[in-house]
Amino acid sequence: MNISGQEFISAMSAIGAGIAMIAGVGPGIGQGIAAGHGASAVGRNPGAKSAITSTMLLGQAVAETTGLYGFAVAIILMFVKPFG
Amino acid sequence: MGSVSVAPMVACDSSFMIKSLFTFKLPGMDYEFHLNTTHVALLIVSVFILIVAVIARIKLNKVNSEDTPGMFMNIIELIVEMLQTMVEGLMGKNTSKFVNYLSTLFLFLIISNIAGLFGLRPPTADYGVTLSLGLITFFLIHFNGIKKNKGKHFTALFQPIWFLFPINVIGEFAVPLSLSLRLFGNIMSGTVLMGLIYDLLKPFTVAYPAVLHAYFDLFSGCIQAYVFCMLTMVYVNDKIADE
Repeated sequence: MNISGQEFISAMSAIGAGIAMIAGVGPGIGQGIAAGHGASAVGRNPGAKSAITSTMLLGQAVAETTGLYGFAVAIILMFVKPFG
Repeated sequence: MGSVSVAPMVACDSSFMIKSLFTFKLPGMDYEFHLNTTHVALLIVSVFILIVAVIARIKLNKVNSEDTPGMFMNIIELIVEMLQTMVEGLMGKNTSKFVNYLSTLFLFLIISNIAGLFGLRPPTADYGVTLSLGLITFFLIHFNGIKKNKGKHFTALFQPIWFLFPINVIGEFAVPLSLSLRLFGNIMSGTVLMGLIYDLLKPFTVAYPAVLHAYFDLFSGCIQAYVFCMLTMVYVNDKIADE
């Protein structure tokens, strides 16, 4: 079987999109750590629950950014197809 | 052409892509303009907010101090009070200057993000919308920074030591980029996942997407609207806070 250049580029773009989503590992670990520390903080000081929750969510959202860069790359590779 | 037939990507025709609904040409311009799903969804969201706001205003004008407020007025008061406390918690005495813009932003974002529940394509899943919101934040930060600190706003770029200037400039321009990409990425990932579930798993799509809608549209949408407003406030407050 022979594969044309166009098809090769499509296949490689799909593989690249999959590899780009490995970026999701980092935010997962980071958000898990933040949530764990948030839970322990609430356990130590239940009165400050709302302040802790909002701080935790803000930090998690910022930590998520790098994962979303990977997602943007994957979306561009899959649907915008810059290489073909 | 090769013998391996690569089928056109199935997902390309899925419901999560931006679709052109109507094409027109302006006389004298050699360019096709498209009215797409984002425009329609944006219009619906804006008109909805406008109608609710006008009704609230009319009811507010007719209210007497004696009679108890009705259901609608209670809900409006709850929302306004919640937004006021949200802004006040971070901005302190500058609240009155920013509460109008931030409330508008929050309401717009929350209704846009949950628009997926009502069968629209969320307007915030279009990078054009989120980038404009990010740029508004960018100009808000620097307008207020220059107004408050005058020349010091620019000398702060050389702050710890002069050769960090390029990194500081990149840091300033990364703010609208990361803000807009965060919102876009979160809402787009939810839209893509829901689109894939509805299109590719069609025979098995029974009842369980409701749970996913609750997560991807409601939870994620509310969190992201909150985070966008919070970060806008943090960045602006960083520039105008007293030393």
